[in-house]
Amino acid sequence: MSSKTGAHRARGARPGAPPKRSVASRFGPWPWIGPAVLLILAVVLWPVVEMVRTSFLRISTSGFVRGWAGLDKYTKLFDQPDFLAVLGWTVVWTITVVTLTIVISLALAQLFNQQFPGRRLTRWALIAPWAASVLMTSIGFKWMLDRTAGVLNTAMVDLHLIDGPQDWLGDPATAKPWMVVIAVFVSLPFTTYTLLAGLQTVPGEVYEAAKVDGTSTWQTYRLITLPLLRPALMVGLVINLINVFNSFPVIWGTTQGGPDSATATTTVFAFQLMNTDIGESAAMSVVNFGLVVVMVLAFLKVSRWNEENR
Amino acid sequence: MTSPTPRIRRGISPRTLVITAVAWLLAALFVIPYLEMIVTALRPADELRDATYLPSHFEWSNLVKVWTDSTLGTNLRVTLLVAAGSTLLVLLVALPAAYYTARKPFRGRKAFLLLVLVTQMFQPTSLLVGLYREFYQFDMLNSVWTLIICNAAFNLAFAIWILTAYISSIPAELEEAASIDGLGRIGTLRRITVPLAMPGIVTALIFTFISAWNEFVMGLRLTTVPDSQPLTVGINNFIGNYTVQWNYLFAGSVVAILPVIVLFAVIERHVVSGLTAGSIK
Repeated sequence: MSSKTGAHRARGARPGAPPKRSVASRFGPWPWIGPAVLLILAVVLWPVVEMVRTSFLRISTSGFVRGWAGLDKYTKLFDQPDFLAVLGWTVVWTITVVTLTIVISLALAQLFNQQFPGRRLTRWALIAPWAASVLMTSIGFKWMLDRTAGVLNTAMVDLHLIDGPQDWLGDPATAKPWMVVIAVFVSLPFTTYTLLAGLQTVPGEVYEAAKVDGTSTWQTYRLITLPLLRPALMVGLVINLINVFNSFPVIWGTTQGGPDSATATTTVFAFQLMNTDIGESAAMSVVNFGLVVVMVLAFLKVSRWNEENR
Repeated sequence: MTSPTPRIRRGISPRTLVITAVAWLLAALFVIPYLEMIVTALRPADELRDATYLPSHFEWSNLVKVWTDSTLGTNLRVTLLVAAGSTLLVLLVALPAAYYTARKPFRGRKAFLLLVLVTQMFQPTSLLVGLYREFYQFDMLNSVWTLIICNAAFNLAFAIWILTAYISSIPAELEEAASIDGLGRIGTLRRITVPLAMPGIVTALIFTFISAWNEFVMGLRLTTVPDSQPLTVGINNFIGNYTVQWNYLFAGSVVAILPVIVLFAVIERHVVSGLTAGSIK
């Protein structure tokens, strides 16, 4: 036994000794949570302040502050010809991708919750888009949709689905659906796994009872599984809403929001504006951020998240 | 020897057959994009624009040349530094915070947890202008440190949630018993708490590592020179070029993607239980 442990033993064994206040405990929780709070303040909350401030400033392209701009950057933003279209597409994009993701994930979770040969292996395959960089996956799709050499074009021509290779990502009308496909593709694994975890919390006896009662499969699902899945569903929904709304790599990796801003969402639009006018970009980001906050608050309320997490 | 009634081996039911077929088909769909990346990475340069499924032969040297003929070697080093650095930082910052939050009913505990929850909702993408302005003013653009700090901060919430959940599930009596047995505070932490929370710690660490490894948007905005650009940005730079060297692009991507898929598969079970512990309850 080392002398160090001996010393501890002596201290711990003394009966009835008053609880010793160590140096650390005098500072309360700060030595423990201080670094975390500091990191959050510096990198998450400060940028919020800086972003709002920038949206009211006139800043030269080289980065020098030239004075206050008042609400100029906001009026300039709202007067952008693309602004409303971008906002509209952001809403459609978010709702479409999240809805498709949730619906398909419900089916996938049900499927992969069954017992079948190769279940573990196939579940691993499902992980790939989750683990891989979303940017690289998106560029992969961009390549597969390439006009001359894209394997998806080749396959679709061979299957006689299309007459000749198409420039899918060049035209916003076809680029948008493909971007939705990619966004759903990369969102499915996380959502499916969340729902699979939720399914595992449903006790098997519930199903047996339902079977005895002669409930149909669909009824069992609707009346028993779905309600029990609600917490998992909520988690999947909230996280997907925020992720998809902020989704940047999918759009940047395929079209960079172009042509011009035809396939841009608000986050991508803000990024595009950053090179021309950072104040206007900040104004866009503030609007964007406001929407995120509204979504977060709405869902905190709807899902009574606080209650579920104590 | 009297053989017991032979176990009736039922053939696979039609239902299982259908489920198996569909599941395998879907699994294939999920990996096809990555297989195509591998095939493209190995395509000889003169067959790059051919509309064929497979090249006439695989050019294995692509996997080597990409690191010397482009900036991707440097980019990979940056990515490794950023991912390892931010993982370490998250561990140092999140573990004490999670431990204290799980064990002590201190004043402001609720406020702290709310702060963590709120940060989890904020993403670097939505704060990018602010991040850029902040680090511009500190003259910290093009710095690996900046990327380390940023990646750590945005992964902190997840790590604290998971670790708090894991540590809360360890009975406090266990720690008390250990400390009565003469293990000091540090000893109790090292011999009892940390080993028992290990699945949570490993999950948090690998999650942070992968997320920092894959991070793109902060790297894109907060760096401008290849020396400080991570691999994702380096690969994105290929796209802007006049003729895209798809084989090199995907050679780099494959090297970036395969290790994290393997890493992820290692923690797959803990991820699921971590998700359950952290958010669903």
